[in-house]
Amino acid sequence: MLNGIPSLETKKLGLWYGHFQALRDISVAVPRNQIMAIIGPSGCGKSSLLRCFNRMNELILGSRVEGEVLFDGANIYAPGVDPSEIRYRIGMVFQKPNPFPKSVYDNVAFGPRVNGFAGNLDEIVERALVRAALWDEVKDQLRKSAMQLSGGQQQRLCIARALALEPEVILMDEPCSALDPVATLKIEDLMRSLVQDYTIVIVTHNMQQAARVSDMTAFLMMAEDRAGVLVEYGPTSQVFTTPKDSRTEDYITGRFG
Amino acid sequence: MARDTSFHRRLMVRRLKGGLAGSLFFLAILSGILVLIVLLADVLIDGIGWLDWQFITSYPSRRPESAGILAALAGTIWIMALTGLFSFPIGVGTAIYLEEYAADSRLRRFIQTNISNLAGVPSIVYGLLGLGLFVQFLAMGRSILAGALTMTLMSLPVVIISAQEAIRSVPEAHHRGAYALGATRWQVVRHIVLPGALPGILTGTILSMSRAIGEAAPLIAISALVYMTFLPVSPLDRFTVLPIQIFDWVSRPQENFQGLAAAGIIVLLVVLLTMNAIAIFLRNHYQKSVEE
Amino acid sequence: MEIRRGFHQKLKEIQDDVLAMSGMVESAIMSSIEALKNRDLDLAHKIVADDIKINQKRFDIEQKCIQIIATQQPMASDLRTIISVLYIITELERIADHAEGIAKIVIMIGDEPPLKPLTTIPLMAEKACDMLHRAVDAFIRHDAETARKICLEDDEVDNLYNQVFRVLLTYMLEDPKTITRATRLSWVAHNLERSADRATNICERVVFTVTGKMEEIASKY
Repeated sequence: MLNGIPSLETKKLGLWYGHFQALRDISVAVPRNQIMAIIGPSGCGKSSLLRCFNRMNELILGSRVEGEVLFDGANIYAPGVDPSEIRYRIGMVFQKPNPFPKSVYDNVAFGPRVNGFAGNLDEIVERALVRAALWDEVKDQLRKSAMQLSGGQQQRLCIARALALEPEVILMDEPCSALDPVATLKIEDLMRSLVQDYTIVIVTHNMQQAARVSDMTAFLMMAEDRAGVLVEYGPTSQVFTTPKDSRTEDYITGRFG
Repeated sequence: MARDTSFHRRLMVRRLKGGLAGSLFFLAILSGILVLIVLLADVLIDGIGWLDWQFITSYPSRRPESAGILAALAGTIWIMALTGLFSFPIGVGTAIYLEEYAADSRLRRFIQTNISNLAGVPSIVYGLLGLGLFVQFLAMGRSILAGALTMTLMSLPVVIISAQEAIRSVPEAHHRGAYALGATRWQVVRHIVLPGALPGILTGTILSMSRAIGEAAPLIAISALVYMTFLPVSPLDRFTVLPIQIFDWVSRPQENFQGLAAAGIIVLLVVLLTMNAIAIFLRNHYQKSVEE
Repeated sequence: MEIRRGFHQKLKEIQDDVLAMSGMVESAIMSSIEALKNRDLDLAHKIVADDIKINQKRFDIEQKCIQIIATQQPMASDLRTIISVLYIITELERIADHAEGIAKIVIMIGDEPPLKPLTTIPLMAEKACDMLHRAVDAFIRHDAETARKICLEDDEVDNLYNQVFRVLLTYMLEDPKTITRATRLSWVAHNLERSADRATNICERVVFTVTGKMEEIASKY
């Protein structure tokens, strides 16, 4: 039924931190079961845009949103919408792996537990870990502290933690920036397999990564007043071979940065 | 070569300066340790002879041979237990509110500044406040309850500040991770912040208790008894505490009472070190359980 | 503010190499016609021998392109430039083969008496070389407009070719003994006509480099 509408869509989205406008007039639509990459120079508002998708920006004092963010066609900023519900349905993975100082099991079970899940937790935990391609590595040490895993394993644990809630969308904020190249490739491979069941939005400062994993690419830049604006949005294959906007061209060929 | 010799000469000078600085710092720490050793030795030499089971289990007496510290020890334990009971939940609650709930408003900063200032107020001032507020205005009399509440007032700022430090040491990334999984603010506090901050909170609380344990001034101000020959059985009973008992003995002219005072100091030190040991044990225990 | 100076310097070097290779190819074509006119067998043998150098140059450039793709991950217009270089050097190498083909015909002709004084064929060679030269130049300057115009000039070469072919046909009809010699000359003309076609292919690559679109620029027939 939802097949016709994009999974996520912003309409004239603006974001303010106090008197500073961080994003202006962003309109993008993320198609279902695709990966959208957000690229752009540092400080252009990539992560801010990502946080608008699950209302995480509200944790920053003085932030304010204008315009709309539609999730399955419904505005997530409409009055009466609880951010917890949004975050329950839209998972997030952060820049640095941030497992809780708990066991592997408790990390994955955290989401279902706080959201009052009453069924078989073991099953959920196993399924999430399998889906995140971590099960084989940790199945004999579920009670071990998550802090003892390697960086790449920790990040996959964080992905499993998000998957345990069976979200519809996964947001990833530079998920590989703290990882070595092999761990990075593993995560990228995982993303390509996850996208069959989920919609993924990834912020990355690594253009090659965006080119490798994403289906759609949004290029953001800072305007004169330092607000982030959308310069170009289109299929990744087009943006990286024949960008329409000369600013995109200059950025991805390294003629400015 | 010329350049080399001048470099080596300067290197010598640099090394010399570094060595000099190092020895100065060592001297600084040495002076502190020396004073401590002398103090401890002095107390031990004077008091160890008086320290026996009879000393622990007897009430004070005019005759030094039969005098003991039982009432003061019991009073100290009462006061500490109640102070801990009051200051831990209030202090931790305040810290959680300030760190996790309060908006970054002018009011919050005002409260914060005041808490910091209160931590520096002389303890006698708290004693006078306790005398006016609890003993007289709230008519609690010169009871354990009034004493414990006074001590609570005194130790709260330190408990709050150390709990705030502990809460702040829980990485922001863990907060965000929990929020992103749909946790509510209370769930984040309950499942992420408190477990992470507990070792620090416990350490801070116990250390502020152990500081309060040695305080005589506020309790003298609310007139704890000095000469007590019964054990307090309820929070409304009158009481005395170790520092006051020691203070009393020290101020007597007879030589033997000086020995008693030294023995009392040893008991106080043992209680204090025990509490610090508990603090360290708890911190290590919880840190391990968190990291493994 | 240019931030990938080293990379873009390398990219420029590759384009300079293309320019140098194109120079070698042009001179091969012109020399082959020179050898034909003057019956200069030594020159013809030299052209055949030099073709190896042109092939080598092509492999060198190709190697550089592969290296820059593997190490620098070029994007957008940079990527298109490099991909175009790979196509263009292939075309250049084939044009050089046409020159070699002409040289071999010169060797075959040996000291046979000339059929007629050469007039149109040198014109064709000049035109083809001129188109090639300007096509590569347009590539270096990323000038799609010029490239499109050059494509249209291919008609001129085609016309010259038809002219040569008709003249040679008349000779053959009049005197069957001329058939061998006339056929050889028509091969020469054919080589030149193909060279001009390849110059237009290069122009299409120029347009792609600039716009990112694959265009068949029709002027044909």
